Amino acid sequence: MQDILDQLEARRAEARKGGGDKRIDSQHAKGKLTARERLELLLDPGSFEEFDMFVKHRSTDFGMDEKHFPGDGVVTGWGTINGRKTFVYAQDFTVFGGSLSETHAQKICKVQRMALKQGAPIIGLNDSGGARIQEGVAALAGYTDVFQNNIIASGVIPQISVIMGPSAGGAVYSPALTDFIFMVRDSSYMFLTGPDVLKTVTNEIVTAEELGGAKTHTTKSSVADGAFDNDMEALAEIRRLFDFLPLNNRDGVPVRTFFDKHDRIDNSLDTLVPENPNLPYDMKELIAKIADEGDFYEIQADFAKNILTGFIRMEGQTIGVVGNQPMVLAGCIDSDASRKAARFVRFCDCFNIPLLTLVDVPGFLPGTAQEFGGVIKHGAKLLYAYGEATVPKVTVITRKAYGGAYCVMSPKHLGGDINYAWPTAQIAVMGAKGAVEILHRKDLGDAEKTAEHIADYEEKFLSPFRAAERGYIDEVIQPRSTRKRVTRAFALLKDKNLSNPWKKHSNLPL
Amino acid sequence: MTKIKKILIANRGEIACRVIKTARNMGIETVAVYSDADKHALHVEMADEAVHIGPPPANQSYIVMDKILDAIKQSGADAVHPGYGFLSENPEFPKALKKMGITFIGPNPKAITAMGDKITSKKLAQEAGVSTVPGHMGLIEDADEAVKIANNIGYPVMIKASAGGGGKGMRIAWNDEEAREGFQASKNEAAASFGDDRIFIEKFVTQPRHIEIQVLGDKHGNVIYLGERECSIQRRNQKVIEEAPSPFLDEATRKAMGEESVALAKAVDYDSAGTVEFIVDGDKNFYFLEMNTRLQVEHPVTELITGVDLVEEMIRSAQGEKLSMKQKDVQLNGWAIESRIYAEDPFRNFLPSIGRLVKYRPPAEGVNRSGAIIRNDTGVYEGGEISMYYDPMIAKLCTWGEDRGVAINAQRSALDNFELEGIGHNIPFLQAVYDHDRFERGDITTAFIADEYPDGFEGADINSGHARKIAAVCALMHDIKEHRAAEISGALPNHKRHIPDIWSVELKVSNDEVYHYTADINGEEGLRTIIMDDEGDKAALELEVMTGWTPGQTLVRASVDAATFNFQVQPISEGFKVWHRGVEYKAAIRNPRAAELARLMPVKIPPDTSNLLLCPMPGVIVSIMVEEGQEIMDGQALAIVEAMKMENTLRAEKKAVVKKINAAPGDNLAVDEVIMEFE
Repeated sequence: MQDILDQLEARRAEARKGGGDKRIDSQHAKGKLTARERLELLLDPGSFEEFDMFVKHRSTDFGMDEKHFPGDGVVTGWGTINGRKTFVYAQDFTVFGGSLSETHAQKICKVQRMALKQGAPIIGLNDSGGARIQEGVAALAGYTDVFQNNIIASGVIPQISVIMGPSAGGAVYSPALTDFIFMVRDSSYMFLTGPDVLKTVTNEIVTAEELGGAKTHTTKSSVADGAFDNDMEALAEIRRLFDFLPLNNRDGVPVRTFFDKHDRIDNSLDTLVPENPNLPYDMKELIAKIADEGDFYEIQADFAKNILTGFIRMEGQTIGVVGNQPMVLAGCIDSDASRKAARFVRFCDCFNIPLLTLVDVPGFLPGTAQEFGGVIKHGAKLLYAYGEATVPKVTVITRKAYGGAYCVMSPKHLGGDINYAWPTAQIAVMGAKGAVEILHRKDLGDAEKTAEHIADYEEKFLSPFRAAERGYIDEVIQPRSTRKRVTRAFALLKDKNLSNPWKKHSNLPL
Repeated sequence: MTKIKKILIANRGEIACRVIKTARNMGIETVAVYSDADKHALHVEMADEAVHIGPPPANQSYIVMDKILDAIKQSGADAVHPGYGFLSENPEFPKALKKMGITFIGPNPKAITAMGDKITSKKLAQEAGVSTVPGHMGLIEDADEAVKIANNIGYPVMIKASAGGGGKGMRIAWNDEEAREGFQASKNEAAASFGDDRIFIEKFVTQPRHIEIQVLGDKHGNVIYLGERECSIQRRNQKVIEEAPSPFLDEATRKAMGEESVALAKAVDYDSAGTVEFIVDGDKNFYFLEMNTRLQVEHPVTELITGVDLVEEMIRSAQGEKLSMKQKDVQLNGWAIESRIYAEDPFRNFLPSIGRLVKYRPPAEGVNRSGAIIRNDTGVYEGGEISMYYDPMIAKLCTWGEDRGVAINAQRSALDNFELEGIGHNIPFLQAVYDHDRFERGDITTAFIADEYPDGFEGADINSGHARKIAAVCALMHDIKEHRAAEISGALPNHKRHIPDIWSVELKVSNDEVYHYTADINGEEGLRTIIMDDEGDKAALELEVMTGWTPGQTLVRASVDAATFNFQVQPISEGFKVWHRGVEYKAAIRNPRAAELARLMPVKIPPDTSNLLLCPMPGVIVSIMVEEGQEIMDGQALAIVEAMKMENTLRAEKKAVVKKINAAPGDNLAVDEVIMEFE
């Protein structure tokens, strides 16, 4: 009997070795951890339970029947992060370069289905050379099965992808279908077509890092939501993000003990908005000063920096924040900013995360580049996302809320629940100079009259009171009491229950 | 004698606030003046009333006499305190006030005229029997003449603006080329800062200490001295740390210097607070440098050791009262030190750093646990602005203790508690000086900073005892954080995360300087015993640690082995960024298995910027002195950037060829913007 029990341990030990010591050393030499080491770091120590440890591929072509590794290049199972359940899979680059076979895909699909059934998030750690070519179309079918599961789970459970090595060709689309993609700097890359093929087909010469490294995807393509310096940091930060997220779309946001006064007054906010309306200030300061413990988990920090998105907590509960950033492009909304914020708003709405919108927006970015790039449609995405969102929505206008951009940034008219404005707010169709040029065209040559008109317009429209008179603003608040007001507003809205009419699904302007 | 009822303070910032405090204590009303840039400044808020005097540049507001005179009329003030700088040493100002029947809280104009001009004052000092430094007393026409005079005196020489002070318009030259360059630079700065470009040259005394005597006079011919202040810790003639008394002077020298100062003051009928500055050499020979006919920036240290409120004395003597004490009543008690906290980044060659004070939380004033007194004179507040238009001083942090050691220790802990964010500041540098053994011994000269930090400041030295304590407290903080994290809602009941008591701490100062510890935390709440195992051959050490820290706090107050141990933190991935005694650490706290894996992580080398000339501060390009394709030499001037009214010459660090120039004169650049690239 004892022999049989020992045999299990021996088999486990063999499976845990993955592709063997030599390949593990080579993985380490690249600055990368192995799949199992990564899972150890991602999950609470001792909480990981592995499934399908002994799965083997069934391929016989190209001598594959001679080569078998238990687990077949992917480690799957479940565990906990701070005691909360999550399903995981981690591709093992030491086994066939982490390549995806039919059975490899089946293992992933199994945990995907389990996650969906249990209402637990799934986190995928990607490190794979691509499809296992020896298996041909079976590998492609495997990929597509994974995609289908990603799609069905979308909006039901949070899905997080971490790219910790190569991810090329078909492999990129599973991450692309998930809620968040994070990358590791210098050791991960993602692209559909690699540099070698590019060189032969289009004569373009580019390195893998330039084509699909973390920098490219966090600053240019916006494919990735964030990048980290190494595996350790990436996994620690995924744990941090996980603590912000609900387990599924019925669960509600997690609650945590907090060490911050809900009614903390911050006098320094009274001077945040500069006297001169053309000077920028850092919206991140406002976010940090109203969040519990100053903690802000920024999403897409390096892309479309003119809009900020990310998670904070208020009274221990997760809040999604969207804020215009006056430091970049004066906070104008452009196509990129719209897409970035729209996707974030929709994520929050999927998972019942209340939304806080901080507004200082002089308008949409003008120009042919924007118009030709379809800013109308991209801008509509953000508008749509806000209008569709049924979660509690609190808005604070700190300064400018001009024109179409006012309409987009979670105004009362798009179902904003509580809309505040600072006394420095200017809610108008446009700034004074532009407005006067249109309203008083005949006086344009007369500097004195124009100045008079501008002063008149500023007095009339560049304040929160015109909007407040009409009830478009619920209350004008002192900047210093923003945290107190906003936390209280979210407390009030806790039981908000709103649903849109039944539909098969909406038709967001893609 | 007329009692003053309402004082207008013709100044801004901390000194305006300082004067307001005393005036208020004396029951006198106060009037602030402010430029556009100071509309929301602290002095405006503190004063009973405030008058707007113009645009931000001082030469369009604070030093425009007519505007101040208008403000006086408007407010009905019957007296003016000039503070320091601005109009404080302009003799025309008290003259104009006199015509209006307004009391000037400062010395008589004759004294200001006599002492305000360095050339005249030197002559007067010589006549009064005060020894002076050899130098050229006449005005200098051009650079050629400057070089000739410098050669006559013998190098090194000091080139100074006649109307100068506070280090502006001052250069030291060791050869003809530097004399020529220094003359021009001083002249330009003098013109820009004081509207007076007269320059003079004198012998530069090597190994000098800067020691000054505080004098106090009344309108009845009485003058006393209130001991000395040593201000040898200077950077480019800008005082950084001042103390009273001087660790160098003996009673006899103090008395001699004091009496000569009194003699000089009496020679000009000095009738207010003033300071006689001396250079003292290694043999305690002292030479008269200049007399400042105003309240000095560093006056608080004298107040702390004498118990005299100098502003009150100035007000009293201005209203004609006799000095309330005689020389024999002056007792020096204990030791006081002042740190000037500047918005200057020591890691970027002390370049000014302007902007919003995102965080400004000075240490609590009053008596601390070791019986030391903490005093913080400031003109800013959290959410306020350090403006490019004025001196970048944030605060003057003063400590008093029974002896020098206590005062130094109080500085160390007060600086550890001083929270600043949003701008670069010199606290790390101040901490490094306080921990420097030469400073601790009092073995200092005005060249201390240049001698000890010849290649600039790269961070304070690490003390391994401190590092271990930081590691232990960080481990405990991380433990607190992780326990809170494990309490999140939605955890599987009965399957809560188990948190071990053993943490591995990696304390990193730089890629080359990393310390590893294992911290074994014992005990549940309150006092914990942490067994610290320093990796290496040292035996494990037990520390008794207690802290009330909760996540989100940036100031960590802990007790380690029953002694207070404070530092500042910011949460980062896997741990904390820590600031303590001028050192910045990155603490990563991991469970032992994670620590093992962490060692497999590659060390990332920061990108090489040595082939770029980066703009070291936000500022305007005044000129670009090279062209693309030009070969440049080590030390060659490449560009001039102006910020805070100071022209900063950027020089080549090595021989190179200019590949590309990305900026042009007039461009407004941010920190680290690329000015030019080299091949």
